[in-house]
Amino acid sequence: MNTADTAHNEGLSAFSRAAELQLRDVSKRYDRQRDPAIRDLSLTVPAGEVCVLVGPSGSGKTTAMRLINRMIEPSGGDILLDGHSVLERDPGELRRQIGYVIQQIGLFPHQTVAENIATVPRLLGWEGERIAVRVQELLELVDLDPEQMRGRYPAQLSGGQRQRVGVARALAADPPLMLMDEPFGAIDPINRARLQDEFLRLQAQVRKTIVFVTHDIDEAIKMGDRIAILREGGVLAQYDTPAEILAHPADDFVARFVGADRALKRLGLSTLADVELVAPNGVRPDGERVPLGMSVRDALSLLIAGGGRPLTVLDGRDGDGDGDGGGGDHGDDGEGSERVVGLFTLDALGGLLEHDAAGAPRTGQS
Amino acid sequence: MSPLAAAGPVIPNYRSASSSCVVHNHLFCTEWIAHNWSPILWPALRQHILLTAVAVALGFLIAAALALLAHRHGWVERPTIVLTTILYTIPSLALFELLVAPVGANVIAAEIALVSYTLLILFRNIVTGLREVPADVREAAEGMGMSRRQVLLRVELPLALPAIVAGLRIATVTIIALATIVYVVCNQGLGVPIHTALGEGPFKTELIAAGGLAILLALVADALLVGAQWLLTPWLRARSA
Repeated sequence: MNTADTAHNEGLSAFSRAAELQLRDVSKRYDRQRDPAIRDLSLTVPAGEVCVLVGPSGSGKTTAMRLINRMIEPSGGDILLDGHSVLERDPGELRRQIGYVIQQIGLFPHQTVAENIATVPRLLGWEGERIAVRVQELLELVDLDPEQMRGRYPAQLSGGQRQRVGVARALAADPPLMLMDEPFGAIDPINRARLQDEFLRLQAQVRKTIVFVTHDIDEAIKMGDRIAILREGGVLAQYDTPAEILAHPADDFVARFVGADRALKRLGLSTLADVELVAPNGVRPDGERVPLGMSVRDALSLLIAGGGRPLTVLDGRDGDGDGDGGGGDHGDDGEGSERVVGLFTLDALGGLLEHDAAGAPRTGQS
Repeated sequence: MSPLAAAGPVIPNYRSASSSCVVHNHLFCTEWIAHNWSPILWPALRQHILLTAVAVALGFLIAAALALLAHRHGWVERPTIVLTTILYTIPSLALFELLVAPVGANVIAAEIALVSYTLLILFRNIVTGLREVPADVREAAEGMGMSRRQVLLRVELPLALPAIVAGLRIATVTIIALATIVYVVCNQGLGVPIHTALGEGPFKTELIAAGGLAILLALVADALLVGAQWLLTPWLRARSA
């Protein structure tokens, strides 16, 4: 993010808007089908939060998203953006205020990167100078070199670059709401993880209200401030924070959907800073050294791999510290700023495990 | 002037100061060309260009209007294909003659016939070009708030351009060839000297010149269209960078 750092300060002021989104008893029924595609869907996404719509195929998650910008007209209920019904607005005008990113991205092949990003500003009638400044700012924001990228055509970009241009294009007119339909679905797993991390950093800067559709529960847990789990027929099964859903699945469907390893997934949400470490108490720390920012799930994995030998947890500079797995060299000895905070053993999980047992689903067969 | 011409009455004059080439009936006489360029060949070529340009332009307007209609209202496509296919299959000589009764033996009859042969090719190509715009590109355009008209003008038509130009190339070359038989209803185009030459027996220069001009015109027109597409579609060139 070296190029973006200078842009943050001026950039932040230019990404200032986010709106609360409210769905009220929204339903969608197609003429020739007996069962509705969406049934009485109600949920509120607070301004600046990421709401992930997740569910198996046939659960209507994409339909629900497309109702919001009226690519599909709802059959009943109301959708409020900042308290105003979207149904009373001109669809074109509404869509120009909602960022839209789809899985295949849909960049215009006949336009350069700069022209693609300028799409909505041009529809809004911005002046050329203002558009040029904006394009520059957005390319820096998504970590693409403006000089190199501006004049390229989509066919000349890699999948990841296309994806970033797609996000920049959606952000161009500072929309208060973004809709993203499986935006990382067509990207290979390694690049997907990187783009997800980048996107979370970006969202921390722009703080947009985002509705994010995916079929991948792990992606939902990673990206969402809140997750709405839909079941077949467009029924909302549960709407809550990832931690709550993993700890207290509302029913069997949710428990099955999040998977039998939900306890482990939940450990992925906490870092070693959240657990009670054992004091070193004179024991010579000879186990593997890990940063305090590592996720509990990754630490547990290392613990098992190491035959149960306690891990030495270090405080201090630990790079990104987002716990992206166990590369070999966790404890570079001799880093002056590092300090041993404690040891990670199975006992450290005690607190978390007790909490989890209490939260097992009542029918408990997951 | 020439003693040979005076001596041999067998070879007729063929509208030329009888050069030795003509008199000896060589396959191709450049002197004859030089002599007949401005009275015969150039006017015929000019008429041929105009006949073709008008036919392709009118045909394109009609086909484009129908294609846009079919693009929006799908049911228009089938009847249009059936109708233009029927027009396309009518033997050209018969069509020219059929048109003489209602409109007379004139350039209008010629143009109506020529236009009707462009429609099938142009309509098909425009419709196909518009249809083959990737669905995700169209969805992104609509999702960002473009009106149908904006989607058409800014996204669909530019992306359909290669298919449209491909149609124009086929239509243009076809019409240049067909326009050589327009002489049956009006005295215009390169068909006139070709027809004259066919009636003049052994002398081949006029036939070769007029026929050659028609071929050359087709090649030049095709090259111009290819060049126009090259200029208009920079994104297709940028792939390998």
